Amino acid sequence: MRMFKDLLGLEGLSPDEIRHILQTAKPMKDVLLRPVKKLPTLRGKAVYTLFYEASTRTKTSFEMAAKVLGADAVNIGVSQSSVNKGESLLDTAKTLQAMQTDLIIIRHSSSGAAGFLARHLEAGVINAGDGQHEHPTQALLDIFTMREKLGDLNGKKVIIVGDVLHSRVARSNVWGLTKLGAEVVLVGPPTLLPPEMSALGVKLSYDLDRELPGADVVMALRLQLERQQAGLFPSLREYSRSYGLDRARLRATGKDTLILHPGPMNRGVEIASDLADGPQGMVEEQVTNGVAVRMAVIYLLMGGTTNVVA
Amino acid sequence: MEGTVKSKIMDEDALRRALTRIAHEIVEKNKGTENVVLIGIRRRGVPLAERLRHQIAEFEGTSLPLGILDITLYRDDLSTIDVQPVVHETDVPFSVQGKNVVLVDDVLFTGRTARAALDATMDLGRPKRIQLAVLVDRGHRELPIRADYVGKNVPTSRREIISVCVKEVDGEDEVLLLEMPHEI
Repeated sequence: MRMFKDLLGLEGLSPDEIRHILQTAKPMKDVLLRPVKKLPTLRGKAVYTLFYEASTRTKTSFEMAAKVLGADAVNIGVSQSSVNKGESLLDTAKTLQAMQTDLIIIRHSSSGAAGFLARHLEAGVINAGDGQHEHPTQALLDIFTMREKLGDLNGKKVIIVGDVLHSRVARSNVWGLTKLGAEVVLVGPPTLLPPEMSALGVKLSYDLDRELPGADVVMALRLQLERQQAGLFPSLREYSRSYGLDRARLRATGKDTLILHPGPMNRGVEIASDLADGPQGMVEEQVTNGVAVRMAVIYLLMGGTTNVVA
Repeated sequence: MEGTVKSKIMDEDALRRALTRIAHEIVEKNKGTENVVLIGIRRRGVPLAERLRHQIAEFEGTSLPLGILDITLYRDDLSTIDVQPVVHETDVPFSVQGKNVVLVDDVLFTGRTARAALDATMDLGRPKRIQLAVLVDRGHRELPIRADYVGKNVPTSRREIISVCVKEVDGEDEVLLLEMPHEI
């Protein structure tokens, strides 16, 4: 097992490395579910979260993960920081490193921002979402949730539906799922489905209903409402009619298909409440698993000394 | 494991007799089996705890609750080693609150594993008391920790290693004394 100091994406990880992270997340989840959610494991380590984009669940999830492991988690509120005074990303990160942080968790609107920091810092870096590139811990928690319910994902059919074009969640999931042998179908309107994604060994389709039969998992991506203004689809109603998930439509799978959504949900647009809150809906399960998976990643990176940019 | 075998400290029969004695001592010291639970420390403490449970069930007629403890996340050397050790699952399917917990491990050496196991157990609840059962006590303690039940005391040097083999993991039951080229 190679040991990394950074986690930038799933593209550069081997199937065994992905499985090792998921395996480590299992005992982490047990710790999270018990009355005393505190470990001495990373006592004295400092973890900083540096989020240049809005986030509640991912940031809170990372903070919780670090704290359960015993590390100190410090949150840098970018809107109240020197970033507003024009400080560069690298200067901000070097300042944090100078405060002896062991790990920086960054979200940034530019693809490659996390990789850039990883190359310049001795501290470990976790990519919590960079532009349209990757969001590896989200994909890991999605895959963890699927494996918990379905077992081995080899040969399982996973449909990812929605705004694939702008989605780093979709990209990380494609890397992770295909490495574990799942059959991935990306579905969305032509304006939101980049044809070059087929180079990653996945099927592309504009017709959700035709793809549903046999699907083990359907993951709805959040529809970023500002995309409508950009003219990428005609109306929310039309989008919902073609690509929105609800219980009646999902009967076409012929199975108890798992429904995943990375959150936050636009209820009634990409996912109907009857499905999101029903027994097939995994949204809350995904949140719990997110903390466990991030605990596993933070734990494993703390031992890493090799600077490998994935 | 590297190193040369110096001697066989226990064979299958000796190992079985030691566990039988410990099983009786556990019941005697706790005045029966009420409120007693066994927790095996991964890895070889687990099959040893299973055998103790089996033996106690044979002569007392009650099967004690059995848990499995992985102490990796409680180790005190995580910041000094390069590669993070693999974390396995802890499976203690009962409450330890108010119980007499008997921790079971194969070898007691520095006492650091036992210290980690104490902390891990107390994060699961507040037991009435915790006792420690080991198959071999080889000395060289670095912490103020002692065992309540010992299968065999074996004085060792720092260049020696005690290798406990159990059928469930290694295919046979025996305890070997190995000599290493360097101090450990």
